Amino acid sequence: MNALAAIGEALVLIGTFFYFLSALGLIRMPDVYNRMQTSTKSATLGSLGVMVGVGIWALGTDFGSAAWLTKSIVIAVFLLLTNPISAHALIRAAYKSGIPLWEGSVVDKYREHLEAKDKGEVEEAPAEEGDEE
Amino acid sequence: MIGINVYLVLIAIATLLSMYRVFRGPTTADRLVAVDIMTTITAGLMVLFALYYQRMIFLDVALVYAILAFGGVIAFARYMEGGL
Repeated sequence: MNALAAIGEALVLIGTFFYFLSALGLIRMPDVYNRMQTSTKSATLGSLGVMVGVGIWALGTDFGSAAWLTKSIVIAVFLLLTNPISAHALIRAAYKSGIPLWEGSVVDKYREHLEAKDKGEVEEAPAEEGDEE
Repeated sequence: MIGINVYLVLIAIATLLSMYRVFRGPTTADRLVAVDIMTTITAGLMVLFALYYQRMIFLDVALVYAILAFGGVIAFARYMEGGL
């Protein structure tokens, strides 16, 4: 086992650990907002570890080439860009559909913001031309 | 080091744990968040399978799977928000 394979395997081990933590947070946390918070962050980090690790690990094997590293970095960057977007859209939809917060939650900045906007205390962002809503 | 079989088994266990939340989750949003995480973990599993079988074409499968899962989750979120 050469050095590249060892580095890649260490990265894959870290990524697998974070995948496991995200699944654990999905089970352990009390409501949907906490679950999204714990699982999305750690799953994104785990994806980075596993994919870059597989690319480096394949460079150290006899069948590996530079295309392995390139393709796995493409997948990792794509997941890094799209995972927060999908989590944001999901949790915004969950809030809009009226799922209550856990009873131990102490702060709800989004509700405060909406109430302040209803009273007109917050400056509305200027409506852009051609906004579909 | 430990070996690729152990990583495959650990990631499969993580997928099963999120499957538990898909079946159990009290609200629809819980199930959708669990499905989102499960697709991310499955993309990582496919990348590891590419190394296990020594076939680079499986990386393309993982990329297309990630793209389709992203579109599906966005569509479900819009539907749950009432905008679809």
